[in-house]
Amino acid sequence: MTESSRRIVIEPVTRVEGHGKVTILLDERHRVREARLHIVEFRGFERFVQGRPYWEVPVLVQRLCGICPVSHHLAASKAMDLIAGVERLTPTAEKIRRLMHMGQIFQSHALHFFHLASPDLLFGFDADPAVRNVLGVAQKHPELARQGVLMRKYGQEVIRATGGKRVHAIVAVPGGVNKSLSAAERDALLADVERMTDWAEAAVGVARDYTLDNLEQIADFGSFTSSHLGLVRADGALELYDGLLRAVDETGQVIFDRLENDRYAEVLAEEVRSWSYMKFPFIRSLGPERGWYRVGPLARLNVCERITTPRAEAARRAFFAALGDPPCQVTMAYHWARMIEVLHAVEAIHELLLDPDITGDELLRSGTRREEAVGVIEAPRGTLFHHYRVDENDQVTMANLIVSTTSNNEPMNRAVRQVAEQHLSGRDRITEGLLNHVEVAIRAYDPCLSCATHALGQMPLAVELRDADGRLLDRRTRG
Amino acid sequence: MAGKHTRPRVATCSLAGCFGCHMSLLDIDERIFELAELVEFARSPIVDKKRFDRRVDIGLIEGGCCNEENVATLREFRRHCEILVSIGDCATAGGVPALRNDIPLAECLAEAYVGGPTVHNPGGRIPDDPELPLLLDKVYPAHEVVRIDYFLPGCPPSAEALWQTLVALLEGRPLELPYELIKYD
Ligand code: SF4
Repeated sequence: MTESSRRIVIEPVTRVEGHGKVTILLDERHRVREARLHIVEFRGFERFVQGRPYWEVPVLVQRLCGICPVSHHLAASKAMDLIAGVERLTPTAEKIRRLMHMGQIFQSHALHFFHLASPDLLFGFDADPAVRNVLGVAQKHPELARQGVLMRKYGQEVIRATGGKRVHAIVAVPGGVNKSLSAAERDALLADVERMTDWAEAAVGVARDYTLDNLEQIADFGSFTSSHLGLVRADGALELYDGLLRAVDETGQVIFDRLENDRYAEVLAEEVRSWSYMKFPFIRSLGPERGWYRVGPLARLNVCERITTPRAEAARRAFFAALGDPPCQVTMAYHWARMIEVLHAVEAIHELLLDPDITGDELLRSGTRREEAVGVIEAPRGTLFHHYRVDENDQVTMANLIVSTTSNNEPMNRAVRQVAEQHLSGRDRITEGLLNHVEVAIRAYDPCLSCATHALGQMPLAVELRDADGRLLDRRTRG
Repeated sequence: MAGKHTRPRVATCSLAGCFGCHMSLLDIDERIFELAELVEFARSPIVDKKRFDRRVDIGLIEGGCCNEENVATLREFRRHCEILVSIGDCATAGGVPALRNDIPLAECLAEAYVGGPTVHNPGGRIPDDPELPLLLDKVYPAHEVVRIDYFLPGCPPSAEALWQTLVALLEGRPLELPYELIKYD
């Protein structure tokens, strides 16, 4: 580091509280030399789960993340179904799990969009931070804020009715579920589902209008070309619970297609870098330099050919009609894609609630014990991989997890760097609004690590400018 | 608590937790707008205040301590909060992250960054950059680091339990939760 170089640290509250932070190094001419998103959190799950009985894992592992615990609960359960020798669940068990999963997609996306991203979209990236939070939204757009809170509530109620609890469900067990819906629970959820569908469609409109009205400003914002990865059905349709792996490159060419879940390690690897506890996944055939990819709502729209529910499919067509053929590379279009999935989730919830199997009583199957299995699911933030080996004493001997946010590690780092180069380079004063640009780019990916921290506001920040000797030159904090 | 300033102040943080306790707080649903009227949020993800600029009436702690930063944050909370409440099993007992306490830390790191079917780490180097805070040998519950005034069990405590706790503390009433709200899961 030269004497006059500067180091900028953006510390979301997640960092202070142990999750992530951004550092930006500027050279003597205030150009960005390096920009990094560090994940400072380490748990050790892969090791401490060893020795635990395999049926315990679905309830244990969701404690990794209280924001999308259902995804971990179900990905682990899918692996443990296979460990228990069960290839196909009973129709009731599979549908209860799908319903819970759709409730999770619905609530998590609603939380992300309304509580977290909407202040940036409604008020602008540079708006006064005093109003640029959800309480500001509640004042200026009270109806929108109320709908956001009630949509999240509805998704959480779907999870509670299926899973027994809103956070950390207790329903999935190897080979099935331990409870289905009662008619009363089903009817209570049905009573609100149409209103939720209308609100979801309106939310698609908000996201679409925002994207199209600001396209010039956001087209390049934190954007770059990348590969995309997600699950699809055998017929190529969007699939969130149980699909096959497909990846496309930056031109839309298929890299691998309809790959069975248990072959994931043949195509994916994760690079370790010394400055982050989060690894950097890549597609093996392309290598660590070129093989990184994106996951999540935008990636899923880019890899699928259609959506099975009608209103979401119409919204998907409108998306590509407006933004051009897939793959769409506009990072800020994640928000629009996310709302299309919200609409799909609530349509799917409606279908499942009308299905007689949902109140059925055949819950469990059994089979011949196996040693090794992989469970893959589309969590709200992207493809989630759980891989376990279990010995003859029913104890776990190996666990490997690639969580959704990990796959977006390289993309988030690129977005941070790109936005820093565009907006911070060459300036000697870094304003609060400029810093928020960096966060807006991270926020598009809805990383688990920070989505909760601005659950009801924006990501808090502290920025320090230091010289090469570590002396504090300047400091900004928000709030 | 009344009289010192207009609205009581509440601060919250997530240390070595999963954010599930914060999610449970959000599960008070529409009452979140009511809560925003009742209290002023200071130093919380709920608003964007990062620093304590004044004393705070109630601090809620999610998660125990797994690294040096957790310890620093927790001590900062103790210095600034009149009442400190451990919420959830991680803060009160270490929770799931504390399952690593019986295992040498080096083994946990090796498993994640050297072994593993998808790890690509030719140099075998484990993340060690100075930007990363030092990990503690074990995960410690909050009360082993600072004095804690109240303990609310559950994983997470329900939204109702959190709401009733907050309201009782805000009104200066003794904290008496009905039996059904006290869960240890
Ligand atoms: S107590 Fe449970 S819900 Fe709360 S942080 Fe710990 S694991 Fe998450």
